[in-house]
Amino acid sequence: MAKKTTAKLKAKKDIKKLKKPVKAEAKKIKIKKQVSKKPEKKEKNKTQKKTPKEKKKKEELKKPEVKKTNKKEKTSKPKKEEKPIKEERLKVKEKKEKIVVKTIIVPPRKIPEESAEYKKLRTEIYKILKERFLPISLIDEIINKIANNKDLMPKLKEIIDRVSIEYHKNLVDPAEACGIVSAQSIGEPGTQMTMRTFHYAGVAEINVTLGLPRLIEIVDARSIPSTPMMNIYLRDEYRLNSDLAKEVANQIEITKLNTIADIETDLTNLVIIVKPNVKTLKNKNIIIDEIANNVKKIRGIDAKIEKDTIKVTLDEPSYKKLLDVNETLKDLKVKGIDGIKRIIIRKEPNEGYVIYSEGSNLEKVLEIEGVDPYRTTTNDIQAVGRVLGIEAARNMIIQEADNTLSEQGLNVDLRHIMLVADVMTTDGSIRAIGRHGVSKEKESVLSRAAFEITVSHLLQAARRGETDQLGGVAENIIVGQPVNLGTGAVELVMRSSKKRGIN
Amino acid sequence: MAKETHKQEFEIMRHDLVPLHEVISEEEKKQLFEDLNITPDQLPKIMDTDPVSISIGAKPGQIVKIVRKSHTANEAVAYRLVVESND
Repeated sequence: MAKKTTAKLKAKKDIKKLKKPVKAEAKKIKIKKQVSKKPEKKEKNKTQKKTPKEKKKKEELKKPEVKKTNKKEKTSKPKKEEKPIKEERLKVKEKKEKIVVKTIIVPPRKIPEESAEYKKLRTEIYKILKERFLPISLIDEIINKIANNKDLMPKLKEIIDRVSIEYHKNLVDPAEACGIVSAQSIGEPGTQMTMRTFHYAGVAEINVTLGLPRLIEIVDARSIPSTPMMNIYLRDEYRLNSDLAKEVANQIEITKLNTIADIETDLTNLVIIVKPNVKTLKNKNIIIDEIANNVKKIRGIDAKIEKDTIKVTLDEPSYKKLLDVNETLKDLKVKGIDGIKRIIIRKEPNEGYVIYSEGSNLEKVLEIEGVDPYRTTTNDIQAVGRVLGIEAARNMIIQEADNTLSEQGLNVDLRHIMLVADVMTTDGSIRAIGRHGVSKEKESVLSRAAFEITVSHLLQAARRGETDQLGGVAENIIVGQPVNLGTGAVELVMRSSKKRGIN
Repeated sequence: MAKETHKQEFEIMRHDLVPLHEVISEEEKKQLFEDLNITPDQLPKIMDTDPVSISIGAKPGQIVKIVRKSHTANEAVAYRLVVESND
Protein backbone atom coordinates (compact mmCIF):
# COMPACT_ATOMS: atom_id res chain seq x y z
CA MET A 1 0.00 0.00 0.00
CA ALA A 2 2.61 2.47 1.08
CA LYS A 3 4.69 1.83 -1.98
CA LYS A 4 1.79 2.41 -4.30
CA THR A 5 0.88 5.71 -2.73
CA THR A 6 4.46 6.91 -2.93
CA ALA A 7 4.65 5.92 -6.51
CA LYS A 8 1.49 7.87 -7.20
CA LEU A 9 2.78 10.86 -5.30
CA LYS A 10 5.99 10.80 -7.24
CA ALA A 11 4.19 10.55 -10.49
CA LYS A 12 2.00 13.47 -9.56
CA LYS A 13 5.01 15.45 -8.57
CA ASP A 14 6.70 14.79 -11.84
CA ILE A 15 3.67 15.82 -13.81
CA LYS A 16 3.35 18.99 -11.85
CA LYS A 17 6.97 19.76 -12.30
CA LEU A 18 6.61 19.38 -16.00
CA LYS A 19 3.34 21.17 -16.46
CA LYS A 20 3.51 24.05 -14.07
CA PRO A 21 6.93 25.27 -13.24
CA VAL A 22 5.27 28.12 -11.39
CA LYS A 23 6.64 29.33 -8.09
CA ALA A 24 3.32 28.98 -6.36
CA GLU A 25 3.38 25.26 -7.02
CA ALA A 26 6.73 24.92 -5.40
CA LYS A 27 5.20 25.38 -2.00
CA LYS A 28 2.79 22.54 -2.51
CA ILE A 29 5.55 20.30 -3.63
CA LYS A 30 7.52 21.18 -0.57
CA ILE A 31 4.66 20.18 1.64
CA LYS A 32 4.23 16.99 -0.22
CA LYS A 33 7.89 16.26 0.12
CA GLN A 34 7.61 16.50 3.83
CA VAL A 35 4.66 14.20 3.85
CA SER A 36 6.33 11.64 1.68
CA LYS A 37 9.65 11.72 3.45
CA LYS A 38 9.27 8.35 5.05
CA PRO A 39 8.01 6.46 2.08
CA GLU A 40 10.76 7.96 0.01
CA LYS A 41 13.25 6.04 2.05
CA LYS A 42 11.52 2.90 0.99
CA GLU A 43 11.87 3.99 -2.56
CA LYS A 44 15.58 4.16 -2.04
CA ASN A 45 15.61 0.65 -0.70
CA LYS A 46 13.72 -0.44 -3.73
CA THR A 47 16.29 0.86 -6.09
CA GLN A 48 18.98 -0.79 -4.10
CA LYS A 49 17.27 -4.09 -4.36
CA LYS A 50 17.30 -4.11 -8.09
CA THR A 51 20.44 -6.13 -7.92
CA PRO A 52 19.31 -8.86 -5.59
CA LYS A 53 22.63 -10.61 -5.44
CA GLU A 54 24.49 -7.51 -4.43
CA LYS A 55 21.89 -6.72 -1.90
CA LYS A 56 22.08 -10.18 -0.48
CA LYS A 57 25.79 -9.87 -0.03
CA LYS A 58 25.41 -6.51 1.58
CA GLU A 59 22.83 -7.83 3.95
CA GLU A 60 24.88 -10.80 4.82
CA LEU A 61 27.81 -8.61 5.54
CA LYS A 62 25.72 -6.29 7.56
CA LYS A 63 24.06 -8.96 9.61
CA PRO A 64 26.83 -9.69 12.08
CA GLU A 65 27.44 -6.02 12.60
CA VAL A 66 23.84 -5.50 13.37
CA LYS A 67 23.95 -8.23 15.93
CA LYS A 68 26.89 -6.75 17.73
CA THR A 69 26.18 -3.08 17.44
CA ASN A 70 22.51 -3.28 18.01
CA LYS A 71 22.51 -0.18 20.13
CA LYS A 72 24.30 1.94 17.64
CA GLU A 73 22.35 1.21 14.55
CA LYS A 74 18.68 1.63 14.75
CA THR A 75 18.04 3.17 11.42
CA SER A 76 15.53 2.07 8.89
CA LYS A 77 17.38 -1.03 7.70
CA PRO A 78 17.69 -3.10 10.85
CA LYS A 79 14.09 -2.33 11.60
CA LYS A 80 13.10 -4.07 8.49
CA GLU A 81 15.16 -7.06 9.34
CA GLU A 82 13.62 -7.37 12.72
CA LYS A 83 10.39 -8.60 11.27
CA PRO A 84 11.17 -10.15 7.93
CA ILE A 85 8.25 -9.14 5.81
CA LYS A 86 6.90 -12.22 4.20
CA GLU A 87 5.87 -10.77 0.93
CA GLU A 88 8.88 -8.55 0.33
CA ARG A 89 8.43 -8.48 -3.35
CA LEU A 90 9.93 -6.31 -5.98
CA LYS A 91 9.63 -6.21 -9.66
CA VAL A 92 12.57 -6.29 -11.96
CA LYS A 93 11.34 -6.32 -15.46
CA GLU A 94 13.41 -8.21 -17.92
CA LYS A 95 13.05 -6.48 -21.21
CA LYS A 96 13.00 -9.32 -23.65
CA GLU A 97 11.03 -12.08 -22.08
CA LYS A 98 8.51 -10.11 -20.14
CA ILE A 99 9.17 -12.26 -17.13
CA VAL A 100 8.75 -10.60 -13.79
CA VAL A 101 11.21 -11.80 -11.18
CA LYS A 102 10.01 -11.43 -7.66
CA THR A 103 12.24 -11.92 -4.70
CA ILE A 104 10.82 -13.29 -1.53
CA ILE A 105 12.74 -13.39 1.68
CA VAL A 106 11.79 -16.52 3.49
CA PRO A 107 11.28 -15.92 7.19
CA PRO A 108 13.33 -18.24 9.36
CA ARG A 109 11.56 -20.85 11.36
CA LYS A 110 10.98 -20.33 15.03
CA ILE A 111 12.45 -22.60 17.63
CA PRO A 112 10.24 -23.22 20.65
CA GLU A 113 11.65 -22.14 23.99
CA GLU A 114 11.76 -24.43 26.96
CA SER A 115 9.54 -23.97 29.94
CA ALA A 116 10.36 -21.80 32.97
CA GLU A 117 10.70 -24.82 35.23
CA TYR A 118 13.40 -26.34 33.06
CA LYS A 119 15.21 -23.04 32.84
CA LYS A 120 15.26 -22.69 36.60
CA LEU A 121 16.64 -26.20 37.01
CA ARG A 122 19.28 -25.50 34.43
CA THR A 123 20.59 -22.42 36.17
CA GLU A 124 20.65 -24.31 39.43
CA ILE A 125 22.68 -27.13 37.93
CA TYR A 126 25.16 -24.67 36.51
CA LYS A 127 25.48 -23.12 39.94
CA ILE A 128 26.39 -26.48 41.42
CA LEU A 129 28.74 -27.33 38.57
CA LYS A 130 30.64 -24.06 38.84
CA GLU A 131 33.78 -24.53 36.78
CA ARG A 132 33.29 -28.18 36.00
CA PHE A 133 32.24 -29.19 32.53
CA LEU A 134 29.35 -31.46 31.62
CA PRO A 135 27.94 -31.89 28.13
CA ILE A 136 24.53 -30.36 27.69
CA SER A 137 22.98 -33.69 26.75
CA LEU A 138 23.80 -35.02 30.22
CA ILE A 139 22.46 -31.90 31.86
CA ASP A 140 19.29 -32.26 29.82
CA GLU A 141 18.95 -35.83 30.95
CA ILE A 142 19.31 -34.85 34.59
CA ILE A 143 16.74 -32.10 34.15
CA ASN A 144 14.31 -34.50 32.53
CA LYS A 145 14.68 -37.06 35.27
CA ILE A 146 14.24 -34.51 38.02
CA ALA A 147 11.27 -32.82 36.39
CA ASN A 148 9.51 -36.17 36.25
CA ASN A 149 10.41 -37.17 39.77
CA LYS A 150 10.42 -34.29 42.23
CA ASP A 151 11.74 -36.48 45.09
CA LEU A 152 15.17 -36.36 43.54
CA MET A 153 15.42 -32.64 44.00
CA PRO A 154 17.24 -32.65 47.36
CA LYS A 155 19.79 -35.10 45.98
CA LEU A 156 20.60 -32.86 43.06
CA LYS A 157 24.11 -32.03 44.21
CA GLU A 158 25.03 -35.66 44.75
CA ILE A 159 23.58 -36.67 41.41
CA ILE A 160 25.60 -34.06 39.61
CA ASP A 161 28.79 -35.01 41.41
CA ARG A 162 28.37 -38.65 40.53
CA VAL A 163 27.49 -37.92 36.92
CA SER A 164 30.48 -35.65 36.66
CA ILE A 165 32.88 -38.25 38.04
CA GLU A 166 31.48 -40.92 35.76
CA TYR A 167 31.70 -38.63 32.76
CA HIS A 168 35.34 -37.78 33.34
CA LYS A 169 36.19 -41.44 33.87
CA ASN A 170 34.86 -42.21 30.41
CA LEU A 171 36.66 -39.53 28.49
CA VAL A 172 39.26 -40.57 25.96
CA ASP A 173 42.72 -40.59 27.54
CA PRO A 174 45.32 -38.20 26.22
CA ALA A 175 47.46 -39.68 23.45
CA GLU A 176 45.06 -42.51 22.81
CA ALA A 177 45.10 -43.73 19.22
CA CYS A 178 41.50 -42.77 18.55
CA GLY A 179 41.97 -42.82 14.79
CA ILE A 180 42.90 -46.47 14.73
CA VAL A 181 40.02 -47.32 17.03
CA SER A 182 37.72 -45.43 14.70
CA ALA A 183 39.05 -47.12 11.60
CA GLN A 184 38.56 -50.54 13.11
CA SER A 185 35.14 -49.71 14.47
CA ILE A 186 33.90 -48.73 11.05
CA GLY A 187 35.94 -51.29 9.14
CA GLU A 188 34.94 -54.38 11.07
CA PRO A 189 31.16 -54.07 10.61
CA GLY A 190 31.90 -52.88 7.09
CA THR A 191 33.11 -56.35 6.18
CA GLN A 192 29.63 -57.67 6.85
CA MET A 193 28.10 -55.23 4.44
CA THR A 194 29.28 -56.81 1.24
CA MET A 195 26.54 -59.36 0.68
CA ARG A 196 23.37 -57.53 -0.21
CA THR A 197 25.04 -54.34 -0.87
CA PHE A 198 25.36 -54.09 -4.61
CA HIS A 199 21.62 -53.99 -4.99
CA TYR A 200 19.76 -50.80 -5.01
CA ALA A 201 17.07 -49.94 -2.55
CA GLY A 202 14.61 -47.19 -3.15
CA VAL A 203 12.74 -44.49 -1.38
CA ALA A 204 9.52 -44.53 -3.38
CA GLU A 205 10.81 -45.83 -6.70
CA ILE A 206 13.93 -43.67 -6.64
CA ASN A 207 17.03 -45.78 -6.64
CA VAL A 208 19.71 -44.89 -4.18
CA THR A 209 23.09 -46.50 -3.84
CA LEU A 210 23.41 -48.07 -0.46
CA GLY A 211 25.81 -50.08 1.57
CA LEU A 212 29.49 -50.36 0.83
CA PRO A 213 29.49 -48.51 -2.50
CA ARG A 214 27.78 -45.56 -0.87
CA LEU A 215 30.11 -45.60 2.13
CA ILE A 216 33.12 -45.58 -0.20
CA GLU A 217 31.53 -42.72 -2.08
CA ILE A 218 31.15 -40.65 1.07
CA VAL A 219 34.66 -41.31 2.27
CA ASP A 220 36.10 -40.63 -1.19
CA ALA A 221 34.38 -37.24 -1.29
CA ARG A 222 33.22 -37.77 -4.86
CA SER A 223 32.16 -34.62 -6.62
CA ILE A 224 28.97 -36.21 -7.91
CA PRO A 225 27.41 -39.21 -6.18
CA SER A 226 26.40 -42.07 -8.46
CA THR A 227 22.76 -41.62 -7.53
CA PRO A 228 22.18 -38.00 -6.57
CA MET A 229 18.95 -37.43 -4.74
CA MET A 230 17.19 -34.62 -2.96
CA ASN A 231 14.62 -34.41 -0.23
CA ILE A 232 12.74 -31.24 -0.96
CA TYR A 233 10.56 -30.00 1.86
CA LEU A 234 7.92 -27.37 1.29
CA ARG A 235 6.92 -24.28 3.19
CA ASP A 236 3.77 -24.19 5.27
CA GLU A 237 1.25 -23.09 2.68
CA TYR A 238 2.61 -25.46 0.09
CA ARG A 239 3.13 -28.65 1.99
CA LEU A 240 -0.53 -29.13 2.90
CA ASN A 241 -2.02 -28.30 -0.48
CA SER A 242 -1.53 -30.92 -3.17
CA ASP A 243 -2.08 -28.49 -6.05
CA LEU A 244 0.52 -26.06 -4.80
CA ALA A 245 2.93 -28.92 -4.14
CA LYS A 246 2.43 -30.11 -7.70
CA GLU A 247 3.10 -26.63 -8.98
CA VAL A 248 6.41 -26.48 -7.15
CA ALA A 249 7.27 -29.94 -8.46
CA ASN A 250 6.53 -28.79 -12.01
CA GLN A 251 8.96 -25.95 -11.62
CA ILE A 252 11.66 -28.27 -10.38
CA GLU A 253 11.33 -31.27 -12.65
CA ILE A 254 13.08 -30.89 -15.97
CA THR A 255 10.70 -30.89 -18.92
CA LYS A 256 12.14 -31.65 -22.32
CA LEU A 257 10.45 -30.61 -25.50
CA ASN A 258 9.81 -34.11 -26.83
CA THR A 259 7.78 -35.04 -23.77
CA ILE A 260 5.28 -32.24 -24.28
CA ALA A 261 5.25 -31.81 -28.03
CA ASP A 262 5.35 -33.68 -31.31
CA ILE A 263 8.26 -32.65 -33.48
CA GLU A 264 7.72 -33.17 -37.18
CA THR A 265 10.33 -32.66 -39.82
CA ASP A 266 9.13 -31.50 -43.20
CA LEU A 267 11.94 -32.48 -45.52
CA THR A 268 10.47 -30.98 -48.69
CA ASN A 269 10.15 -27.47 -47.28
CA LEU A 270 13.05 -27.82 -44.86
CA VAL A 271 10.84 -26.89 -41.95
CA ILE A 272 10.36 -28.36 -38.51
CA ILE A 273 6.93 -28.09 -36.97
CA VAL A 274 6.61 -28.34 -33.19
CA LYS A 275 3.11 -29.26 -32.06
CA PRO A 276 2.77 -28.98 -28.30
CA ASN A 277 0.14 -31.09 -26.63
CA VAL A 278 -2.37 -28.61 -25.24
CA LYS A 279 -3.42 -30.83 -22.36
CA THR A 280 0.04 -31.46 -21.03
CA LEU A 281 0.85 -27.78 -21.42
CA LYS A 282 -2.05 -26.96 -19.17
CA ASN A 283 -1.03 -29.65 -16.71
CA LYS A 284 2.49 -28.37 -16.52
CA ASN A 285 1.48 -24.73 -16.56
CA ILE A 286 3.53 -23.77 -19.58
CA ILE A 287 2.56 -21.22 -22.19
CA ILE A 288 3.55 -21.54 -25.81
CA ASP A 289 5.56 -18.30 -25.72
CA GLU A 290 7.91 -19.89 -23.25
CA ILE A 291 8.64 -22.74 -25.60
CA ALA A 292 9.12 -20.38 -28.51
CA ASN A 293 11.55 -18.29 -26.47
CA ASN A 294 13.57 -21.36 -25.62
CA VAL A 295 13.54 -22.56 -29.21
CA LYS A 296 14.78 -19.20 -30.47
CA LYS A 297 17.90 -19.55 -28.36
CA ILE A 298 19.21 -22.26 -30.70
CA ARG A 299 21.70 -20.73 -33.11
CA GLY A 300 21.05 -20.40 -36.81
CA ILE A 301 17.30 -20.85 -36.78
CA ASP A 302 14.17 -18.79 -36.67
CA ALA A 303 10.93 -19.74 -34.92
CA LYS A 304 7.45 -18.40 -35.42
CA ILE A 305 4.29 -19.10 -33.50
CA GLU A 306 1.38 -20.09 -35.66
CA LYS A 307 -1.74 -20.73 -33.62
CA ASP A 308 -0.84 -23.71 -31.45
CA THR A 309 2.28 -24.74 -33.30
CA ILE A 310 5.77 -23.41 -33.63
CA LYS A 311 7.31 -23.31 -37.07
CA VAL A 312 11.09 -23.56 -37.12
CA THR A 313 12.90 -22.44 -40.24
CA LEU A 314 16.61 -22.45 -40.96
CA ASP A 315 18.63 -19.35 -41.78
CA GLU A 316 20.49 -21.27 -44.45
CA PRO A 317 18.78 -24.21 -46.09
CA SER A 318 20.76 -27.32 -45.27
CA TYR A 319 19.54 -30.86 -45.03
CA LYS A 320 22.14 -31.89 -42.45
CA LYS A 321 21.51 -28.86 -40.29
CA LEU A 322 17.81 -29.66 -40.25
CA LEU A 323 18.44 -33.07 -38.78
CA ASP A 324 20.86 -31.59 -36.25
CA VAL A 325 18.29 -29.04 -35.16
CA ASN A 326 15.72 -31.79 -34.90
CA GLU A 327 17.96 -33.62 -32.45
CA THR A 328 18.64 -30.54 -30.34
CA LEU A 329 14.95 -29.72 -30.27
CA LYS A 330 14.15 -33.13 -28.85
CA ASP A 331 16.54 -32.51 -25.98
CA LEU A 332 15.57 -28.89 -25.44
CA LYS A 333 14.82 -27.88 -21.88
CA VAL A 334 11.52 -26.07 -21.64
CA LYS A 335 11.09 -25.80 -17.94
CA GLY A 336 12.66 -27.03 -14.76
CA ILE A 337 16.08 -27.25 -13.24
CA ASP A 338 19.11 -28.82 -14.86
CA GLY A 339 20.09 -32.10 -13.31
CA ILE A 340 16.72 -32.99 -11.79
CA LYS A 341 15.53 -35.93 -13.79
CA ARG A 342 12.52 -37.27 -12.04
CA ILE A 343 10.28 -36.23 -9.22
CA ILE A 344 8.04 -38.06 -6.83
CA ILE A 345 5.60 -36.36 -4.51
CA ARG A 346 4.67 -38.26 -1.43
CA LYS A 347 2.46 -37.50 1.50
CA GLU A 348 4.28 -38.03 4.76
CA PRO A 349 2.59 -38.26 8.13
CA ASN A 350 2.98 -35.11 10.24
CA GLU A 351 4.55 -33.29 7.32
CA GLY A 352 2.25 -33.15 4.31
CA TYR A 353 3.67 -33.32 0.83
CA VAL A 354 7.36 -33.89 0.37
CA ILE A 355 9.12 -33.93 -2.98
CA TYR A 356 11.80 -36.52 -3.66
CA SER A 357 13.91 -35.97 -6.70
CA GLU A 358 16.27 -38.07 -8.74
CA GLY A 359 19.21 -35.88 -9.56
CA SER A 360 20.28 -32.94 -7.52
CA ASN A 361 20.89 -29.23 -7.90
CA LEU A 362 20.83 -27.61 -4.49
CA GLU A 363 21.65 -24.06 -5.57
CA LYS A 364 18.73 -23.77 -7.94
CA VAL A 365 16.15 -25.73 -5.99
CA LEU A 366 16.52 -23.52 -2.94
CA GLU A 367 15.55 -20.53 -5.05
CA ILE A 368 12.22 -21.96 -6.12
CA GLU A 369 9.29 -20.35 -4.41
CA GLY A 370 7.56 -22.69 -2.01
CA VAL A 371 10.59 -24.82 -1.20
CA ASP A 372 11.55 -24.67 2.43
CA PRO A 373 15.19 -23.60 2.12
CA TYR A 374 15.93 -24.37 5.76
CA ARG A 375 15.23 -28.09 5.58
CA THR A 376 15.82 -29.17 2.01
CA THR A 377 18.85 -31.41 1.66
CA THR A 378 20.71 -33.40 -0.96
CA ASN A 379 22.99 -36.41 -0.73
CA ASP A 380 25.58 -34.57 -2.81
CA ILE A 381 28.06 -33.65 -0.08
CA GLN A 382 30.22 -31.43 -2.27
CA ALA A 383 27.15 -29.40 -3.22
CA VAL A 384 26.25 -28.98 0.43
CA GLY A 385 29.78 -27.77 1.09
CA ARG A 386 29.51 -25.31 -1.76
CA VAL A 387 26.15 -23.86 -0.84
CA LEU A 388 25.98 -24.16 2.93
CA GLY A 389 29.59 -24.25 4.04
CA ILE A 390 32.07 -26.65 5.48
CA GLU A 391 30.25 -27.25 8.75
CA ALA A 392 27.09 -28.23 6.92
CA ALA A 393 29.16 -30.63 4.83
CA ARG A 394 30.54 -32.14 8.02
CA ASN A 395 27.04 -32.64 9.31
CA MET A 396 26.01 -34.18 6.03
CA ILE A 397 28.92 -36.63 6.03
CA ILE A 398 27.98 -37.75 9.53
CA GLN A 399 24.33 -38.07 8.64
CA GLU A 400 24.89 -39.94 5.40
CA ALA A 401 27.51 -42.32 6.76
CA ASP A 402 25.39 -43.08 9.80
CA ASN A 403 22.33 -43.69 7.66
CA THR A 404 24.11 -46.08 5.31
CA LEU A 405 25.56 -48.02 8.20
CA SER A 406 22.40 -48.21 10.25
CA GLU A 407 20.34 -49.13 7.21
CA GLN A 408 22.33 -52.36 7.09
CA GLY A 409 21.67 -52.96 10.75
CA LEU A 410 25.17 -52.06 11.81
CA ASN A 411 25.63 -50.05 14.94
CA VAL A 412 28.75 -47.96 14.72
CA ASP A 413 29.15 -45.39 17.44
CA LEU A 414 28.51 -41.96 16.05
CA ARG A 415 31.72 -40.61 17.56
CA HIS A 416 33.81 -42.71 15.18
CA ILE A 417 31.95 -41.33 12.20
CA MET A 418 32.28 -37.84 13.60
CA LEU A 419 36.03 -38.28 13.77
CA VAL A 420 36.10 -39.31 10.13
CA ALA A 421 34.02 -36.29 9.19
CA ASP A 422 36.30 -34.04 11.23
CA VAL A 423 39.40 -35.34 9.50
CA MET A 424 37.78 -34.87 6.11
CA THR A 425 36.88 -31.25 6.78
CA THR A 426 39.79 -29.94 8.88
CA ASP A 427 41.41 -27.80 6.21
CA GLY A 428 38.22 -26.06 5.16
CA SER A 429 37.55 -28.13 2.09
CA ILE A 430 36.21 -31.63 1.77
CA ARG A 431 39.08 -34.02 1.33
CA ALA A 432 38.89 -37.68 0.54
CA ILE A 433 40.35 -40.22 2.89
CA GLY A 434 43.04 -42.01 0.95
CA ARG A 435 45.71 -41.42 -1.59
CA HIS A 436 44.14 -38.36 -3.20
CA GLY A 437 43.19 -36.55 -0.04
CA VAL A 438 44.31 -36.92 3.52
CA SER A 439 47.19 -39.34 3.02
CA LYS A 440 48.68 -37.23 0.27
CA GLU A 441 49.08 -34.28 2.57
CA LYS A 442 50.75 -36.07 5.43
CA GLU A 443 53.84 -34.33 6.58
CA SER A 444 56.02 -37.37 7.02
CA VAL A 445 57.71 -38.89 3.99
CA LEU A 446 58.03 -42.35 5.49
CA SER A 447 54.39 -42.41 6.45
CA ARG A 448 53.33 -41.44 2.94
CA ALA A 449 55.69 -44.01 1.47
CA ALA A 450 54.32 -46.68 3.78
CA PHE A 451 50.83 -46.08 2.49
CA GLU A 452 50.96 -46.34 -1.30
CA ILE A 453 53.25 -45.75 -4.26
CA THR A 454 56.35 -46.11 -2.09
CA VAL A 455 59.10 -45.53 -4.60
CA SER A 456 57.64 -42.40 -6.12
CA HIS A 457 57.21 -40.77 -2.74
CA LEU A 458 60.74 -41.55 -1.61
CA LEU A 459 62.13 -40.33 -4.91
CA GLN A 460 60.21 -37.08 -4.74
CA ALA A 461 61.28 -36.53 -1.14
CA ALA A 462 64.91 -37.15 -2.00
CA ARG A 463 64.70 -34.67 -4.82
CA ARG A 464 63.20 -32.03 -2.61
CA GLY A 465 65.47 -32.82 0.30
CA GLU A 466 62.69 -33.37 2.83
CA THR A 467 63.29 -34.21 6.45
CA ASP A 468 61.14 -36.53 8.52
CA GLN A 469 60.41 -35.45 12.06
CA LEU A 470 59.46 -39.00 13.06
CA GLY A 471 56.33 -37.78 14.78
CA GLY A 472 53.82 -40.35 13.62
CA VAL A 473 53.22 -44.04 14.05
CA ALA A 474 54.38 -45.52 10.75
CA GLU A 475 57.68 -43.65 10.71
CA ASN A 476 58.63 -44.78 14.17
CA ILE A 477 57.82 -48.38 13.42
CA ILE A 478 59.97 -48.23 10.31
CA VAL A 479 62.97 -46.92 12.21
CA GLY A 480 62.30 -49.14 15.24
CA GLN A 481 61.50 -46.62 17.92
CA PRO A 482 58.75 -46.47 20.52
CA VAL A 483 55.65 -45.02 18.91
CA ASN A 484 54.46 -41.61 20.00
CA LEU A 485 51.17 -42.91 21.31
CA GLY A 486 49.55 -43.76 24.57
CA THR A 487 52.26 -44.44 27.15
CA GLY A 488 54.87 -43.92 24.44
CA ALA A 489 53.85 -40.30 24.15
CA VAL A 490 54.81 -39.39 27.69
CA GLU A 491 58.33 -38.55 28.58
CA LEU A 492 57.84 -37.34 32.10
CA VAL A 493 55.41 -39.04 34.40
CA MET A 494 54.08 -37.25 37.44
CA ARG A 495 53.14 -39.10 40.55
CA SER A 496 49.44 -38.99 41.11
CA SER A 497 49.57 -39.33 44.88
CA LYS A 498 47.52 -36.18 45.18
CA LYS A 499 43.85 -36.83 44.90
CA ARG A 500 42.99 -36.32 41.30
CA GLY A 501 40.68 -33.36 40.96
CA ILE A 502 37.83 -33.48 38.58
CA ASN A 503 38.55 -31.61 35.43
CA MET B 1 1.59 -12.22 -21.99
CA ALA B 2 3.58 -11.59 -18.88
CA LYS B 3 4.38 -14.53 -16.72
CA GLU B 4 5.68 -14.30 -13.21
CA THR B 5 8.58 -16.27 -11.96
CA HIS B 6 9.46 -16.13 -8.34
CA LYS B 7 12.79 -16.31 -6.66
CA GLN B 8 13.29 -16.67 -2.97
CA GLU B 9 16.14 -15.68 -0.75
CA PHE B 10 17.05 -17.10 2.60
CA GLU B 11 19.72 -16.93 5.24
CA ILE B 12 21.99 -19.91 4.94
CA MET B 13 22.81 -19.54 8.61
CA ARG B 14 19.35 -20.79 9.49
CA HIS B 15 19.56 -24.00 7.52
CA ASP B 16 19.17 -27.14 9.59
CA LEU B 17 22.61 -28.33 8.58
CA VAL B 18 24.42 -25.12 9.42
CA PRO B 19 25.37 -24.71 13.09
CA LEU B 20 25.80 -21.35 14.79
CA HIS B 21 28.94 -19.52 13.67
CA GLU B 22 30.37 -16.51 15.45
CA VAL B 23 33.53 -14.48 15.01
CA ILE B 24 35.16 -14.20 18.43
CA SER B 25 36.84 -11.10 19.78
CA GLU B 26 40.58 -10.60 20.28
CA GLU B 27 40.38 -11.12 24.04
CA GLU B 28 38.42 -14.31 23.63
CA LYS B 29 40.98 -15.42 21.11
CA LYS B 30 43.83 -14.87 23.54
CA GLN B 31 41.97 -16.68 26.30
CA LEU B 32 41.20 -19.58 23.98
CA PHE B 33 44.80 -20.18 22.99
CA GLU B 34 45.88 -19.91 26.60
CA ASP B 35 43.26 -22.42 27.72
CA LEU B 36 43.92 -24.94 24.99
CA ASN B 37 47.69 -24.34 24.92
CA ILE B 38 47.88 -24.33 21.15
CA THR B 39 48.87 -22.07 18.29
CA PRO B 40 46.26 -20.80 15.81
CA ASP B 41 47.43 -23.05 12.97
CA GLN B 42 46.64 -26.12 15.02
CA LEU B 43 42.94 -25.34 14.80
CA PRO B 44 40.77 -26.70 12.01
CA LYS B 45 40.33 -24.21 9.19
CA ILE B 46 37.49 -22.56 7.40
CA MET B 47 37.95 -20.83 4.06
CA ASP B 48 37.21 -17.14 3.75
CA THR B 49 35.26 -18.01 0.61
CA ASP B 50 33.05 -20.40 2.54
CA PRO B 51 29.43 -19.24 2.21
CA VAL B 52 29.16 -19.04 5.97
CA SER B 53 32.33 -16.94 6.28
CA ILE B 54 30.96 -14.53 3.72
CA SER B 55 27.65 -14.44 5.48
CA ILE B 56 29.10 -13.54 8.87
CA GLY B 57 31.89 -11.43 7.41
CA ALA B 58 34.81 -13.41 8.78
CA LYS B 59 38.23 -12.31 7.58
CA PRO B 60 41.43 -14.40 7.35
CA GLY B 61 43.16 -14.59 10.72
CA GLN B 62 39.99 -14.41 12.73
CA ILE B 63 38.64 -17.32 14.74
CA VAL B 64 35.11 -18.57 14.24
CA LYS B 65 33.33 -20.16 17.15
CA ILE B 66 30.97 -22.90 16.12
CA VAL B 67 28.28 -24.26 18.38
CA ARG B 68 27.48 -27.59 16.84
CA LYS B 69 24.38 -29.57 17.47
CA SER B 70 25.86 -32.88 18.38
CA HIS B 71 24.02 -36.16 18.70
CA THR B 72 26.16 -37.20 21.63
CA ALA B 73 26.58 -33.96 23.56
CA ASN B 74 23.59 -31.96 22.31
CA GLU B 75 25.77 -28.91 21.96
CA ALA B 76 29.48 -28.93 21.30
CA VAL B 77 31.73 -25.95 20.83
CA ALA B 78 34.39 -26.00 18.17
CA TYR B 79 36.68 -23.36 16.71
CA ARG B 80 37.94 -22.81 13.22
CA LEU B 81 40.64 -20.49 11.95
CA VAL B 82 39.62 -18.44 8.93
CA VAL B 83 42.17 -18.91 6.16
CA GLU B 84 42.51 -17.51 2.69
CA SER B 85 41.40 -19.98 0.10
CA ASN B 86 44.11 -20.88 -2.36
CA ASP B 87 42.00 -20.72 -5.47
